[in-house]
Amino acid sequence: MEQYEPDRLTPAQVAAIRRSYRNGRAALTRRSLLRASAGGALTLGGLGALSACGIPAAGKTAGGTSAEDHSATEKTVSFSNWTEYMDVDDSGKHHPTLDAFTKRTGIKVKYTEDINDNNEFFGKIKPQLAAGQDTGRDLIVLTDWLAARLIRLGWVQKLDPSHLPHAFANLSPQFRTPDWDPGRAYSYPWQGISTVIAYNKKALDGVEVKSVSDLLDNPKLKGRVGFLTEMRDTMGMTLLDMGKDPGRFTDDDYDAAIARLQKGVDKGQIRRFTGNDYTSDLTKGDLAACLAWAGDVVQLKADSPDVDFVIPDSGYLTSSDNLCVPNKARHKTNAERLIDYYYEPPVAAQLAAYINYVCPVDGVKDELAKIDKDAAANPLILPDKAMQARSRSFRSLSQQEETAYETKFAKLTGA
Amino acid sequence: MATLTEAPPPLTPTAPEKKPPRKRGRLTPYWLLLPGILWLIVFFALPMIYQASTSVQTGSLEAGYKVTWHFATYWDALSEYWPQFLRSIAYAASATVLCLLLGYPLAYLIAFRAGRWKNLVMILVIAPFFTSFLIRTLAWKTILADGGPVVGALNTLHVLDITGWLGWTAGDRVLATPMAVVCGLTYNFLPFMILPLYTSLERIDGRLHEAAGDLYARPWTTFRKVTFPLSMPGVVSGTLLTFIPAAGDYVNAELLGSTDTRMIGNVIQTQFLRILDYPTAAALSFILMAGILLMVTVYIRRSGTEDLV
Repeated sequence: MEQYEPDRLTPAQVAAIRRSYRNGRAALTRRSLLRASAGGALTLGGLGALSACGIPAAGKTAGGTSAEDHSATEKTVSFSNWTEYMDVDDSGKHHPTLDAFTKRTGIKVKYTEDINDNNEFFGKIKPQLAAGQDTGRDLIVLTDWLAARLIRLGWVQKLDPSHLPHAFANLSPQFRTPDWDPGRAYSYPWQGISTVIAYNKKALDGVEVKSVSDLLDNPKLKGRVGFLTEMRDTMGMTLLDMGKDPGRFTDDDYDAAIARLQKGVDKGQIRRFTGNDYTSDLTKGDLAACLAWAGDVVQLKADSPDVDFVIPDSGYLTSSDNLCVPNKARHKTNAERLIDYYYEPPVAAQLAAYINYVCPVDGVKDELAKIDKDAAANPLILPDKAMQARSRSFRSLSQQEETAYETKFAKLTGA
Repeated sequence: MATLTEAPPPLTPTAPEKKPPRKRGRLTPYWLLLPGILWLIVFFALPMIYQASTSVQTGSLEAGYKVTWHFATYWDALSEYWPQFLRSIAYAASATVLCLLLGYPLAYLIAFRAGRWKNLVMILVIAPFFTSFLIRTLAWKTILADGGPVVGALNTLHVLDITGWLGWTAGDRVLATPMAVVCGLTYNFLPFMILPLYTSLERIDGRLHEAAGDLYARPWTTFRKVTFPLSMPGVVSGTLLTFIPAAGDYVNAELLGSTDTRMIGNVIQTQFLRILDYPTAAALSFILMAGILLMVTVYIRRSGTEDLV
């Protein structure tokens, strides 16, 4: 525990230090070491090094978007998906639909559940895609706006329609023409997601909730209302409530919706903005009512009888998670075969029976009824015509709009 | 002020060097440092340079980012997000003080009074670390649930009236308020306070206490004049290990807080992942680092110890 001030050393002390040093016993203290490494870092981090960094423009990747397709020789496909977004057998280890695919085609599926959040996943794959490298994934599942962004940046590959006969024929009309990928040249939906209002009957205690206005204005719900951190879901539902179409709104409409929500934040009506964690708050009753994703609600209803949902008269929001093939993927054809496989009604039904989101495939009703009658009759899984008519989707945004809107929304949520 | 200076090693100017030092021996410390230095370069120095560069770039995802020496980003970031900076510091400082108040008696107990239970109590302190940080934080949502026993008891005792009046809680709830965030921070970083405190206290020679008693010091005086000064290294390193990560934390504010409890970590996360404004995110990180470094330097200087453990 030597303590000395290096500036005020006597020659004798200097000699002592030098001696201990030569004996191989490090006389370096933390402070001197810190000083030395800080100096080193500063030298290294010269101004030249600073300006040498930089992020290249997107899309300008050398050598085009596609890699050589190894599908014929390597019978494998690497599929990255969200957690709990695939059927599982009772042992919890096998995915029956994937196993059946491998059995039929001989293509092994390397299935990874490594997507938890669109923003985080984008951060993860961005460096490779920006540098024009293979991400190691042949098939990824992205929510609309992120799929739109990747298409805009030129980071996903155009699909070959000749490999996708079932997908082309069976895609539900509701999902056919998103404004960011008209005609589905780059993407096919994996599942649709409806945003609705969920509530806990016990926590509501007789208070009626039918619309976003009820959430924002009923003083009995003060501090017990939740909205989502996904900008499009929260803003889309609020816009609908204000009589605007989230598919074509203006900057002023957006600002008005932000102001309306801000009022809810300021007077303490909104408890918090949540990600998926609203599910536990809702079942516990800490949230009496909140915006929620219908797939979760179907699941929650099964586990807890107090939870139910309502679709506002003003309509609800539908988005989708989309299968895309990223640039430089090695097994594009195999990936396309997998996409097409999930558009065969029996397969789609098997999946829908398990994961309870909106099935984007037409003609599944009978197949699904064979497996699970309730699911086949559930409009949240297979929306009927009346239901589809009330569904709206959020329009795609230009990059400037995206930045401006996300910034305003971040301010609303506190940062 | 404890300087913890041991008697300097006796300088014996007469003792001649036995033999001229061999070159290999002289370089040994540096060879041993090499892995550490490489680690620091790859995982600290290079990312820092990259980040410093990012903070002075401008551009967009589509057009690419170029270094334009746009230092205004720093000023913009600071003037826009100073409330979150202040809040982070306030929360982290509160959590650190709470950790010290809770941790010191416990560390004292383990070091001097636990006897054969010492190991068991230590395990109890460390055991929560076997579960993930996220799970531990989420558990607090159950503990502090609106209808739960904790909130019920606080309500009955009218504690929430007082904390509500102070602005720490809102209405009849604790979750989604500043108090919940500070509680979460305190809980999550408590072991970082207890362990260094314990190490320092455990090293204190029991005979010093006896000597103090022999000199007619009452227990409180013994603590004030002997035990506490000798445990200063533990106090300093404990507070640093608690304060620094707590100031940058965003998980507690995200899960236990609400819109008015967002900390600077949340802002950086939002800027980096959501808004994709990498320069602002990098600038905010640098401001946070610089701020913490400044505070820590002043703190270490004032507490007068360089020896951190």
